[in-house]
Amino acid sequence: MTQHSHAHDDSAEIARHHHIHSELPSDPALRVKALESLLTEKGLVDPATIDAWVETYESKIGPHNGAKVVAKAWVDPAFKQRLLSDATAVIGEMDMLGSQGQHIVALENTPEVHNLVVCTLCSCYPLPLLGLPPVWYKSAPYRSRVVLDPRGVLKEFGLELPEHVKIRVWDSTAEVRYLVVPERPAGTAHLNEAQLEALVTRDSMIGVARVQA
Amino acid sequence: MNSIHDMGGMHGFGTVHAEPDEPTFHEAWEGRAAAMVDILTYPPSFRVDRFRYLRETLRPDLYLTQNYYEQWLYIAEQALLESGYISAEELARGKAAPGAAKREDAVRADAVWSFLHDRAHSSRTLSTAPLLAVGQRVRARTMQPEGHTRLPRYARGKIGTIVSHHGGHVLPDASAHGRGDAPEHLYTVRFMARDLWGDAANPRDCVHLDLWESYLEPA
Repeated sequence: MTQHSHAHDDSAEIARHHHIHSELPSDPALRVKALESLLTEKGLVDPATIDAWVETYESKIGPHNGAKVVAKAWVDPAFKQRLLSDATAVIGEMDMLGSQGQHIVALENTPEVHNLVVCTLCSCYPLPLLGLPPVWYKSAPYRSRVVLDPRGVLKEFGLELPEHVKIRVWDSTAEVRYLVVPERPAGTAHLNEAQLEALVTRDSMIGVARVQA
Repeated sequence: MNSIHDMGGMHGFGTVHAEPDEPTFHEAWEGRAAAMVDILTYPPSFRVDRFRYLRETLRPDLYLTQNYYEQWLYIAEQALLESGYISAEELARGKAAPGAAKREDAVRADAVWSFLHDRAHSSRTLSTAPLLAVGQRVRARTMQPEGHTRLPRYARGKIGTIVSHHGGHVLPDASAHGRGDAPEHLYTVRFMARDLWGDAANPRDCVHLDLWESYLEPA
C-alpha cells in the first residue's frame, strides 16, 4: 500500500469513528449498560466476569504487591541485586507478573539518582504491581510536563530535589513496565519486612514521593 | 499519528492535581467499561495496540475533556463495530439483531485471575541479530506516520545512547493496523534532557524511551 492511500484510509476511518460516536447517547453510564447487555446477549461477555474483574482490581491487585517487592529488596541485599538486574525473573518467581506487567525493570532511587515513571502517549503502568493508575498519572498536566520539567512536577508533589541529584525519567513507550524502588527511610532499622511493606506507598513506586518512616 | 495524545513536552495543561485516597473507580460504570475492553482481548482477541490506536482517533477536544473510562467505552464500541462483531444498529438499540449468532467462549468469572495472570506478552524470538548495541549513539528517526506509533514527537530527530536491549517485541505500528506482529529488536535509549529540550534543562537529567529498531539509526 502506498503512503498516500494508507493515509487516506486512516483519515476516512477516523471520520467514520467520529460519525458513529456522535450518534450515540451522551451519558456514558447508559452507553455502558446498553453495550453490556448487547455483548451479554451475543455471548461476548458474561456480567459475572465483569463483576469479578472489577473486584480483582478493587481489592486484589494494588500497590501492596509492589510494596512486597520493595520491602524485600530493602531487607535482602542479594534479592535487591537480582531484582535490579532481572526484575522480570524475580517478580515471576514471586508470581506477580500479569496483564500490563509481563516485562519489568526495577529502578533504584539513591541519594544521587532519582527515577520517575510516566507514559506520555497513553497510560502504561505496571498493573500487577501497582493496580490501576490514579487519575493524575493519566492526566495531561503530568504526561505533558514530567518529561520537560520533572523538577517542577515533583515540587507539586511536595518533593524538592537538590540540583546535584540526577533525575532519570522513564517514558513507558513499549510493553516494558517500570517499578521504582524508593530509598529506605532512616530510622527503620528496627522494623521487620511486613512493617516496612506497610510504609511503601504507590507514589513512591512511581517516583513522585519519598517513603516516610 | 501526530495527535493530541502525543503530549510529552507540551505547555498549557496546568498543574498536577492528585486526589487523596482516590477510589479505583469513581462510578460503577467506569469499572464495567474497563472490564469490557480488557475482556474483549479474548475473545474476540483484539490487540492492545489497536485499542491504543483507537483511543488516539478520538476527537482531540474529547480526548482532553472526556472521562478516561468513557474513552475506553469508545474504544470498545469502535473495536466491536469495525470488526463486525456488532452493528451500529445493535449498538444504538443495545439489543442483538433477531437471529444473531451467540458465542459460547466468553471468559468465565472463575477464570478472571488466570486471564489476567497468564496474559499473552509481546516478546518474540527473532532470528536476526540486533543491528544496534548497548552503548551506541543513535538518532531517533524523523518521521510522521499517519497511523499508530510509539515514537513520541519530542524524541524524533534527537540523539541518545542505547542503555539496554530487550530482544524482539511486537511492533505496535504494524500490530495496530492488522499487519501482524512484525517483531523487531527493542532498546531502551537514554536522551539527555539538554539534547531534548535545550540548554535550560538540568545537565544531569535524562529521559529514557523504549524504542524499536526501525525507529532508530546510528548517529
